Amino acid sequence: MSVTVAGSVGAAAQVVLVGAGAPLLVGLMRQVRARLEGRAGAGVLQPWRDLRKLMRKQPITPDGTGPVFRVAPLLPAATALVIAAVIPIATTASPLDGAADLFAVTALLALGTVALALAGLDTGTAFGGMGASRETTVMALVEPTILVSVFALSVRVGSTNLGAIVTSTLHEPQRVISPVSLLAAIALAVVTIAETGRIPVDNPATHLELTMVHEAMVLEYSGPDLALVEWASAMRLTLLLGLVANLFAPWGVTGASMAMLPLAVAAYAAKVAVLGGVLAAGEVFMAKLRMFRVPELLAGSFVLALLAVAASFFLVGT
Amino acid sequence: MSLTGAAFAVAMGSSALAAAAGAALPRRARRITAGAGTLAAGGAAGVAGVAAMAGRSWGTWLPDVLPLAGVRLALDPLSGVFLAVTGAVAVCAAVYGVGYARPGKEAAGHGPGGLGVDGRVAQAMVPLFVAAMLLVPAAASVSTFLVAWELMALASLLLVAAEHRRRAAVAEAGLWYAVMTHLGLVVVLAGLAAFAAEAHGETFAAMRAASAGLSPAVRGAVFVATFAGFASKAGIVPLHVWLPRAHPEAPSHVSALMSAAMVNLGVYGIVRVGLDLLGGGPAWWWLLVLAAGAVSAVYGILQAAVAADIKRLLAYSTCENMGLVLIGVGACGFLRSSGAGALAALALTAALLHVVNHAGFKTLLFLAAGSVLHATGTRDLDALGGLRSPMPATTALFGVGALMASALPPGNGFVSEWLLLQSLIHALPSGGTLAAVTMPLAVAAVALSAGLAIATFVRAFGVGFLARPRTPAAGRAHESPPSMVTGMAVAAVCCVVLALVPGPVAGGLSRAVAVAVPGPKAVTGPAADAGTLHLAGLPSTMSPLLIVGALLAAVVALAAVLRGAALRRTERLARRRARPWDCGAGPMSARTEYTATSFAEPLQRVFDDVLAPETDVDVTPVAESAYLVDSVTYRARVGDRVEHRLYRPVLAAVAWAGRAARPLANGSVHRYVGYGFYAFTGVLVALAVLR
Repeated sequence: MSVTVAGSVGAAAQVVLVGAGAPLLVGLMRQVRARLEGRAGAGVLQPWRDLRKLMRKQPITPDGTGPVFRVAPLLPAATALVIAAVIPIATTASPLDGAADLFAVTALLALGTVALALAGLDTGTAFGGMGASRETTVMALVEPTILVSVFALSVRVGSTNLGAIVTSTLHEPQRVISPVSLLAAIALAVVTIAETGRIPVDNPATHLELTMVHEAMVLEYSGPDLALVEWASAMRLTLLLGLVANLFAPWGVTGASMAMLPLAVAAYAAKVAVLGGVLAAGEVFMAKLRMFRVPELLAGSFVLALLAVAASFFLVGT
Repeated sequence: MSLTGAAFAVAMGSSALAAAAGAALPRRARRITAGAGTLAAGGAAGVAGVAAMAGRSWGTWLPDVLPLAGVRLALDPLSGVFLAVTGAVAVCAAVYGVGYARPGKEAAGHGPGGLGVDGRVAQAMVPLFVAAMLLVPAAASVSTFLVAWELMALASLLLVAAEHRRRAAVAEAGLWYAVMTHLGLVVVLAGLAAFAAEAHGETFAAMRAASAGLSPAVRGAVFVATFAGFASKAGIVPLHVWLPRAHPEAPSHVSALMSAAMVNLGVYGIVRVGLDLLGGGPAWWWLLVLAAGAVSAVYGILQAAVAADIKRLLAYSTCENMGLVLIGVGACGFLRSSGAGALAALALTAALLHVVNHAGFKTLLFLAAGSVLHATGTRDLDALGGLRSPMPATTALFGVGALMASALPPGNGFVSEWLLLQSLIHALPSGGTLAAVTMPLAVAAVALSAGLAIATFVRAFGVGFLARPRTPAAGRAHESPPSMVTGMAVAAVCCVVLALVPGPVAGGLSRAVAVAVPGPKAVTGPAADAGTLHLAGLPSTMSPLLIVGALLAAVVALAAVLRGAALRRTERLARRRARPWDCGAGPMSARTEYTATSFAEPLQRVFDDVLAPETDVDVTPVAESAYLVDSVTYRARVGDRVEHRLYRPVLAAVAWAGRAARPLANGSVHRYVGYGFYAFTGVLVALAVLR
């Protein structure tokens, strides 16, 4: 692992891209959804306007909460920024690539969720506890699928480092077209939906107490704190969609080349926009699952991931 | 005498002195003297262990101490690991115990203060227990090993029963523990005795030399017998039933010693006998170990996730972590049998590192749980909450421990689980079809237990310490005395160091791993920069130090940006306090808070088939009308399904056999003499026929 100028610039560009682009992705998805439902929509820039509005408000601390509640919103945002610097979004030469592999990235995502879950419990209200309980349950059940999919993807490369996986796919594009990739891609897509709290696992637009998961957990946040939480969840969505895109279709990701960086950034934006649009379009035709049907969905994705590992052994190993 | 031997002798001497002081001195002096002696013993054992890990092996034979065989001791790097871990746990527990055993002002019915823990027996047994745990890894012959093993069991049994006058559950826990540990001793004794008889020598050196010449059937029988005995000590499902009873009922510093140090010796036994003395074996042995570990990991953490008692939760988490360690040990043996020596070394490094890490955070968590018990008099999570303002130090330290235990990035549990996953993932190409089937399942078991561990510790910390007090007892909590906080803080510092710079520790384990997996050099070699873990021969890397650095930088930057934004509008800087959202129903009482039971409900429902929770609803109508409800009682309990399904029938059968045999013993001496006569004649006849 050598620190190159191009790699550092690339990592910085990734952080800026994710930080600035995440609210736009959310805006785009809402716009796609609005148009498909026959509404005009508020425009792609609306999430940024919302964040600006929230930043100007006075922060409120509910009675009976402690330091955990106040510090918690920083953690999901911070982990998202760190992940943005680590994973190959535009470049595989990030100086932090060796610090965290795919396991560490999923654990960092979990760290952000844990911080919010503790904050939800710290409020001492039933909403906060309910949201925290549901969110950690889903997270616990998602974990096996993620790790087994990582296993499937790392078998052909012999490494769990994201840079290595993406580089290997760039060099041998024909290996992507295999049952292993297909199965792992479906499994990871389900996981992404569950981790980012989209339909059918959770509905980000709901405020009905019976169905809230993520929203219940952060119900007590307001003003700049809420802005931070919303921004972090947009960044998580961008990161996970981008990760799925680049693990299976890494074209455009550059190595340590400065000249290709703008192209790589554009390619990433395009890929994430397409995936986000597809996800939003899919959500129009689906209803949220009952909380206790979610484990069935996750168990299904786990079986797919397990099949992916088996396929990677029996198809590649022999 | 070498440094190792001298330090070990000091450890033995000071624990003997401490035990004598605990038994002889008056109440006030005994606590501090015994604590200081245990502290010295732990420190010296730590020095001896680290010296042994560094390659300064030491051995001795004391022919006069025990009749017939004498005491044979040897410290090699593998023993050193367990010696150092036990010593470090003993240091924390000794410091903590001085404050914990102090007779409280409110000794009558509130806090575990005065009764039992500061009595002569308990005070003398703590150093004796530590000494026995130090002797077990140092033993170098079957007789010495078994004597130390039984001494450890008896000392811990007396400590578990220390508070038996206060709670009925203690006596029951002690009984379960006594029976299970002695059944374990019987199988270990049988296995090792058969091994020693076949090897024509009872020293470990002789057995190691002779093991290759034994028949596969004998080797298999020896392995299975010793594995069963050692697994029951390590709390592996389904032999774990004593653990979630005994560990919670023991005084908290003893719980820490048992859960962080004693269970490790079960792992030590498996590694020593299976990998070292027997020199590895066929793949099925190790798949058995791996399967037992995987079942234990998932079942243990599932029970922990729904446990309402904070110490029971921690005890089940011990089952989980020992399961993870056995996954590593099993993978090591399996890979060794399929010829992948370097990967086998990686798997064992991961397992031993997890032993070290688990000891660190479990000591911290049990001590913090004891501090809560000390302050509130309850272990029930549903009755706690709001401890962060009255007990800030305990809350912060438990938070650190929970982070470490939930295998999240800036934690030491994450480091060893990462290594474990790496060894499992890379086993695929070299392990053949068997590995292709087992390794993904092992990875899934590790992942599920990691995910459930997060839920478990979010629940333990979030419900137990945050929010508002759920009962008046929790509201009256107070911070523990400095000695208890110091004991916890030492453990926390150890955990943080292990989490941030795992390189030197993982590298230091290489000699211990080489004892069990000779041949290729251990995989975790080059620790040029201490913060990054490089695996020799594998491209994966991970750097906890860089991750933490990047996280801190991001948090500071975000906080600065937020503050900057606020400073520009100074009139809005102050945070306003307001009531939390109560749906307009007015201020909410503590009863409306989410409890630990409600937090675990979704998980309990998802794993309904495994946990089989029992609920009981009693509705009492008022006398005038069946439709008006006077009171509702709701009882929910999640029992141990394994215990219920596996042990209850056996216990029932034993009780039935006992009742059935009662007519045989009617008190008549003639009849007993007659039994003796017939039995003796029968043996003689049998001998005459068979010879």
